[in-house]
Amino acid sequence: MAAVPGNEQGPVYKDGSFREWLNKRLPVDEFVASQLTGYFAPKNFNIWYYFGALSLLVFVLQIFTGIFLTMHYKPSEMAAFDSVEYIMREVEWGWLIRYMHSTGASFFFIVVYLHMFRAMMYGSYKKPRELLWIFGMLVYLALMAEAFMGYVLPWGNMSYWGAQVIVNLFGTIPVIGPGLVEWIRGDYGIADSTLNRFFALHVVAIPFALALLIMLHLVALRQTGSNNPDGIEIKEKKDANGKPLDGIPFHPYYTIKDVMGVGVFLTLFCLVLFFSPTFGGLFLEPPNFEPANPLSTPDHIAPVWYFTAYYAILRAVPSQQLGALLMLLAVAVFLFLPWLDRSPVKSIRYKGILSKIALTVFAITFIVLSFLGLQPAEGLYVLLARIFTVLYFAFFLLMPWYTSVERTKPVPERVTYHG
Amino acid sequence: MSVTGVETSEDVDVSRRKFLTAATAAMGGVGAVFALTPFVASWKPSERARALGAPTEIDLSKIEPGQMATYTWRKQPLYVVRRTPEMNGGLAAHDAQLKDPKSEESDQPDYARNAARSIKPEILVLYATCTHLGCLPKARFDVGDPTVGVADWKGGFFCPCHGSKFDLAGRVYEGSPALTNLRVPPHSFTDDKTLVVGVDAATVAAAAGAA
Repeated sequence: MAAVPGNEQGPVYKDGSFREWLNKRLPVDEFVASQLTGYFAPKNFNIWYYFGALSLLVFVLQIFTGIFLTMHYKPSEMAAFDSVEYIMREVEWGWLIRYMHSTGASFFFIVVYLHMFRAMMYGSYKKPRELLWIFGMLVYLALMAEAFMGYVLPWGNMSYWGAQVIVNLFGTIPVIGPGLVEWIRGDYGIADSTLNRFFALHVVAIPFALALLIMLHLVALRQTGSNNPDGIEIKEKKDANGKPLDGIPFHPYYTIKDVMGVGVFLTLFCLVLFFSPTFGGLFLEPPNFEPANPLSTPDHIAPVWYFTAYYAILRAVPSQQLGALLMLLAVAVFLFLPWLDRSPVKSIRYKGILSKIALTVFAITFIVLSFLGLQPAEGLYVLLARIFTVLYFAFFLLMPWYTSVERTKPVPERVTYHG
Repeated sequence: MSVTGVETSEDVDVSRRKFLTAATAAMGGVGAVFALTPFVASWKPSERARALGAPTEIDLSKIEPGQMATYTWRKQPLYVVRRTPEMNGGLAAHDAQLKDPKSEESDQPDYARNAARSIKPEILVLYATCTHLGCLPKARFDVGDPTVGVADWKGGFFCPCHGSKFDLAGRVYEGSPALTNLRVPPHSFTDDKTLVVGVDAATVAAAAGAA
């Protein structure tokens, strides 16, 4: 029997066994012990705690299907649209791989939005998890860039005009704007060069950045440990062996639980994938089934559903410069949540009535803005978009006030189980 | 150097080491910026894109009075309208409804900064991209077109994306998300029937003078 040198506290192996040979060279068991079987997560996780693991699952699914799509896709102005149609009609199972990728994009945002909402409900962004939250937000930003560029690749008419609108947003920056737009496109309009570089960013650069950011997100999570629906730190109550009383090992307990979540998720995913991959024009918009045409604008330009809340904010402002700035702020303001929330408690369970109202109104606001962004910018829709834009920012800007004046409930010593 | 010939931590000149580390880091930083230059510059329009962006000739004899034709220059769609005297006649009447009636905030060559925003009053040349977010405004030349939603509409352009409205000189109406008038590209005429987009008369004259 011998411990691994340098890790005398670690596992002991039979002399000459393969595990001893392997672990002297690669710390497999040590990794599993520190990250999985010896990583304690609160035992009161509820349904909201599925979405982190599911986000990782969709990321892997997108990378995997994406690799197979690049084997048939051609990133050129002349060939892109036809190569996607070729994948859909002539590559064996190509339609399935492509629809898995396009449906996966929408499901990625569904699980990420639910994951973010969970963090907002239970105060998972609060001290000591500020960096964990910020890395998560950076993942979200990278994901937005990834999704936008991915949507340009099929080179349908909505790809083209969506790219036109979004790239032109950079043109609203004073002084450097016009030059910057030309630099991003690599031509005097959205062109072959734009498509080609978006392809490179979509399949190489941003996935690498995403993988790195996801790793940092997980490393930061391992450092602070998971928050939980009660918003209390399980590390503060430990047994004689130094193990948290309210914690259970991530593996096997949560890995098994997540397998169940994956089963439900994949069932819903497959229902959409097989029965409604375009999801009534929400996941893949009808104008994108026509090739890009620089001389014909679709009657009504709207991004895919996961961006429409921000798009509604952009269009709610009469000045385009201010609109673009507000849209940027609407995304960036999430980064400041850890410092805007002044509440002494983390979880919504123990916060006061004002926080509960604010979070509910914010959730409704986000959904209403998402709906408004899909509608034409006229009449009542513009008025509503303005009202809800104000509500959107009020949630953040008033947070230091309502989280500090309201009466909070006493936080329990140990985790509880009520729904 | 110590007497034993072995250097110990006491022998290290810390401030000298700090200076050298900082100097090396600074030089490395400068070098990194220079090394990045080709990668950043590679995103600029290529020689081919610039060559394809050379001036283009348009045959005006194909456009009837009151008609509009669409062309492209540098991948950007252009509208060329042969305005009738009636169309031009209505331009002065609605200055109060416009954001920038004198084209002071808008983007056009100096020779198009006038009432009709053109060199010849009848030939209007515009970039067809909305100054809001780059959609293509649609021609709504019929006087009083009810789909536009402007009382006393005298004809012009209507952007379907976000509802910007422009008159027959591409000037933007109040109440549009676009802030400035439709842009006018540099252009000139070689003869009565030929419009050249991408080069203005002054540049041609200067080139001729040099030759």
